[in-house]
Amino acid sequence: MNAKITVTDLNFFYGNFQALKNISLRIPENQVTAFIGPSGCGKSTLLRLFNRMNDLIEDIKLQGEILIDGKDIYSKNTDLIQLRKNVGMVFQKPNPFAKTIFENVAYGLKVNGVTNKAEITMQVESALTRAALWDEVKDKLNKSALAISGGQQQRLCIARCLAVRPEIILMDEPASALDPISTSKIEELILDLKSKYTIIIVTHNMQQASRISDKTAFFYLGELIEYGETNQLFMAPKIERTQNYITGRFG
Amino acid sequence: MNKYLIEKIIFWIFRIMAFLVVGILFWILAFIAAEGMQVISWEFIFSMPKEGMTQGGIFPAIVGTICLMIGSMLFAFPIGVMSAIYLNEFLLPGKLKTFINLMTDNLAGIPSIVFGLFGMALFVNKLHFGDSILAGSLTLGLFVLPIIIRTTETALKSIDDTYRHASYAMGASKLYTIKNVVIPMAMPNIITGLILGMGRVSGETAPILFTVAAYFLPQLPDSIYDQVMALPYHLYVLATSGTDIESSRPMAYGTALVLIFIVLICNLTANFIRSIKN
Repeated sequence: MNAKITVTDLNFFYGNFQALKNISLRIPENQVTAFIGPSGCGKSTLLRLFNRMNDLIEDIKLQGEILIDGKDIYSKNTDLIQLRKNVGMVFQKPNPFAKTIFENVAYGLKVNGVTNKAEITMQVESALTRAALWDEVKDKLNKSALAISGGQQQRLCIARCLAVRPEIILMDEPASALDPISTSKIEELILDLKSKYTIIIVTHNMQQASRISDKTAFFYLGELIEYGETNQLFMAPKIERTQNYITGRFG
Repeated sequence: MNKYLIEKIIFWIFRIMAFLVVGILFWILAFIAAEGMQVISWEFIFSMPKEGMTQGGIFPAIVGTICLMIGSMLFAFPIGVMSAIYLNEFLLPGKLKTFINLMTDNLAGIPSIVFGLFGMALFVNKLHFGDSILAGSLTLGLFVLPIIIRTTETALKSIDDTYRHASYAMGASKLYTIKNVVIPMAMPNIITGLILGMGRVSGETAPILFTVAAYFLPQLPDSIYDQVMALPYHLYVLATSGTDIESSRPMAYGTALVLIFIVLICNLTANFIRSIKN
């Protein structure tokens, strides 16, 4: 296994509260890794450490190491902009900007200084195609992104993230606000994308984790309880607490 | 007594109070409209006052008020929006934020006549602007500043943080995010605040009393250093200290009607902008 992200002895604090305790795990390249666990278990916190979104919060403390492609992303030499270009993020609720569909996808390109119109047009089409949205929106690229359905908006947000050409995509419960049909489209898309991207998805939906992920990590109260192949973790968990959680006995 | 009956009576009292408010408003509007319509004409709106303000129109007062509305906003809008952006987007919760918010609220609570006095001392005398559009606009600008700050802050607060985070997650800086994501989304509500502020400014009398308003000046201003007539002060003059109060009374109602119309237009425009956004 080729590890894209390596976490070693990670402890993370909000003020005096320890949100993550002694986490070590290796996330494989070009696979889907699911983070599961009850609310407040630290899975979203860990996800947000990978693109340093937690930098926005005051009074935090991090011990240990997170390597992406072998480089410590919390070292002083880390270029935060480069890191966030490389590690895209999709949020729980679809959050397209109040701009046109085209402008939404072009946003990240413009942020990163792409000004050539032809280049932008090409990248926008390519990103929308990869997000399986091109056919649905190609005739209304100049319409407001708020006018399309919630499921389409979420795929637009994925396209917006793909346009920056990341290698890793973080997804924080990307389908929890969507209806079943839109959810299955997002899941298909995730399976489709994993050949080119390393995907980490936080989800409360156990079926979803088992359907789309190669590896699953189960967190509980800030600890990584069990981490392994998804099939193995769901069919034959090694630890009783994992067993109890995935069979719905608590959570 | 039966508790359902008590409830019924109490809700009827509430209901009557609510309708009373609406009723009073309509009564005032109807009264002003009925009295004012008698003098309203193109001539009234577009001509100078004549015969000791008992004849002619109120054109210079309308122009003066519009000048002050625009002038005060040229000053208050950029300062108010910039400080609101600082307060909401950059300043973290803490003592300084609490202090600035407290001061903004206090600024909003100062009686408008005090602004007038301050404006006279600072802009008219100390800075030698004299009684002028400039001095009046700056004074009105100070008066309306808290309103602009508050409405802008509310507009910015209503933008969910995930939009900011989505932008940061693509490598955008805070400033880039504010300029390209936050401000465009908050713009309709910020503009609504601007227009409501203009409505507010148009009717204020005390801040312009010692800083710009002219008793009688039947000509249009040439520069920002000129004095102007203004609708609210003109109304005061016509009602209390004109040359012939009895015969200028209908004109006072006409002036009031024009003033109310301007405020109404501002409020309706603000509502309209808010509604197209939703």
